Amino acid sequence: MSGTEIGLAVSVFLACAVEAVEALTIVLAVGTTRSWSSALSGVAAATALLAALVAALGPALTSLPIDVLRVAVGGLLLVFGLQWLRKAILRAAGLKARHDEAALFAEEADAARRAGRPAGFDPYSFTVACKGVLLEGLEVAFIVLTFGANQHRIPLAAAAAAAAIVLVVIAGVAVRAPLARVPENTMKFAVGVMLSSFGTFWGAEGAGASWPGNDAALLVIIPALLAISLALVALIRRASALAPAPVGTP
Amino acid sequence: MSVLAALARGIWDFVAGDDWRVALGVACAIAVTALVATSTVAAWWVLPLAVVALLADSLRRAARGC
Repeated sequence: MSGTEIGLAVSVFLACAVEAVEALTIVLAVGTTRSWSSALSGVAAATALLAALVAALGPALTSLPIDVLRVAVGGLLLVFGLQWLRKAILRAAGLKARHDEAALFAEEADAARRAGRPAGFDPYSFTVACKGVLLEGLEVAFIVLTFGANQHRIPLAAAAAAAAIVLVVIAGVAVRAPLARVPENTMKFAVGVMLSSFGTFWGAEGAGASWPGNDAALLVIIPALLAISLALVALIRRASALAPAPVGTP
Repeated sequence: MSVLAALARGIWDFVAGDDWRVALGVACAIAVTALVATSTVAAWWVLPLAVVALLADSLRRAARGC
């Protein structure tokens, strides 16, 4: 397996694990408070939809000319990566609330208890679980498709995603509670750096640029972007500490 | 029509996210890279430079809004 393929597998695994943890919290909330069978039906429906999406779009993407694919994939990965990285930096700098699975679970469970409950099949559990898995999974499906298609390794990307889901589900079944101790914010930071780095590399290559050292350039781009991101966190923290408190603040 | 509008809105939110300027900046930076690549000057440095500038600018605006 080449370095790029290892990078692909790690990025997909981390991104999928983060999204799976978030989806698990939603499913656990409706499953434990309302109906496990309806919630799991929702999970199955969303999983089937996501699998169909990957199966339909995968071959279409891989048939595109490589330069077109790299520009499109690089550009989209870069846009997504920068979104993840921006949020992760703001969270690390303390300007955005950190993702708290325990709080999210309590919120979802409270809403589930308050909603009316019919006998038998529970449409509320089905819809909430299906929507949760679909929304969290859509971004993962996109990452699997773009990373995989660009390297012509969709099965590898799909296997990395499946491994992450299986691991999170096993952990969820074992703990029977939201996985609040998973370092989600750190993982999102890492995914943001990886997606942005691969997006930069492929986007420039697709646009006709040649990287010094070819694939080895990634070994410079990834640590450089990580260092710059950490420096930005430190800069924002310092600027926030130096900023005067708003009038009326005790 | 409302379904199409909702779909377009969903795709826009999915791609543009919290800051549409980043998406626009990435598209422009790729176009500039392609332009520079047609000349005799190396073009690989355009995108990394743009990424750092776009990220810093987006964070600056987000920090100001807090």
